[in-house]
Amino acid sequence: MWMLLLLPFVGLLWVPFYNFLEPALFGFPFFYWYQLAWVPISSLLIWLVYRSQPHDEAR
Amino acid sequence: MTDQIEWVALSIFIFFFLLVTVMGFVAARWKAGPVNEHLDEWGLGGRQFGTWITWFLVGGDFYTAYTVIAVPALVYAVGAYGFFALPYTIIVYPFVFAVMPLLWKVAHRAGYVTAADVVHGTYGSRALELAVALTGIVATMPYIALQLVGMGTVIKAMGLSGELPIVAAFIILALYTYSSGLRAPALIAFVKDIMIYIVVLVAVVIVPAKLGGYAAVFAAAGDAFAAKGGATGLILKPEQMLPYATLALGSAFAAFMYPHTLTGVFAARSADTIRKNAILLPAYTLLLGLIALLGYMGHAARITVATPNDVVPMLFKTLFPSWFAGFSFSAIAIGALVPAAVMSIGAANLFTRNVWKSYVIPRHQPCR
Repeated sequence: MWMLLLLPFVGLLWVPFYNFLEPALFGFPFFYWYQLAWVPISSLLIWLVYRSQPHDEAR
Repeated sequence: MTDQIEWVALSIFIFFFLLVTVMGFVAARWKAGPVNEHLDEWGLGGRQFGTWITWFLVGGDFYTAYTVIAVPALVYAVGAYGFFALPYTIIVYPFVFAVMPLLWKVAHRAGYVTAADVVHGTYGSRALELAVALTGIVATMPYIALQLVGMGTVIKAMGLSGELPIVAAFIILALYTYSSGLRAPALIAFVKDIMIYIVVLVAVVIVPAKLGGYAAVFAAAGDAFAAKGGATGLILKPEQMLPYATLALGSAFAAFMYPHTLTGVFAARSADTIRKNAILLPAYTLLLGLIALLGYMGHAARITVATPNDVVPMLFKTLFPSWFAGFSFSAIAIGALVPAAVMSIGAANLFTRNVWKSYVIPRHQPCR
């Protein structure tokens, strides 16, 4: 599960993957909405890892 | 920028400034603990902040006035490259989630207040402790200065010139920080963050509506960069890609090593509080991404400024009624006070515990 935390690093630090204008979404070029989309995705991934952890050390 | 004083905006600004000043002093009594002499109380608010207070506090001192002024300014000036702040403030949270709860546990168990305490406790080296403490203090100084720049920019936008208003604001800040410790910025952070959210949400809806939608905003910015030339544009130049990625990565690793962010982490009630915050804090990153776009809106609104830092105040002055511009400027100025206070506390913790106590009066026993 912890490997999920590496996905945002891969998705955002490999810049040639998203350095484009098209396809645009709601007027936002790809470069912008792709990076903004990683915000909720990262939260979700962290939450998945959080949920998979035992809560005995919750304090 | 005009030098005419904007009375409506200025009155609203003064109202909010007085409000947070009162809050700053009252905060001393908020959740006051039994051991007011201990540095834990002043410097970490008694280590009792739950998920929401931590969210407001860390959000309030990580996303600063300078963020609201300088990120759009950089985006206005160079385009896509200025957006490195977005990947930076996304990848920082998986890192925070994995590392910071462990650091919190070590600090909590041994009663450490600063990063230098942790280093000294773990490795038993006074030299390493001093190196960490001095690095923290030196790194925080310019950060505090940037808050002054942010605040100065909005005060100038309201037509007040000179250094005096900023000096007055920071003396007041110093007084209530001295009397209330970390509780003051924690309480004020609620006001600051709610105001900033209102301003940004209004701005990202109203401004594009006035300027013809986001497609028009991006198109106007694209035209401006095409005319300007050089290393600017809506996407990165090939030679900018590696710097963009490394800037984001380096900033992300450094972000929570700063005394002010680490102070927010250590003040949390539990390791789990920090984990939950790693999930919830990205809400501010979404906000940051939208704030950055204000730079492009500046192009769409055909704003010309002497320095890029003026673009956001100028945009608000041009497109908003003066009462809302005043509200926005108050939000930005209070946005300078919260981080400046936490940074001062973080630096003060380092200085008293790891420089003064360790070297000047080594046998001074109480943990103050």
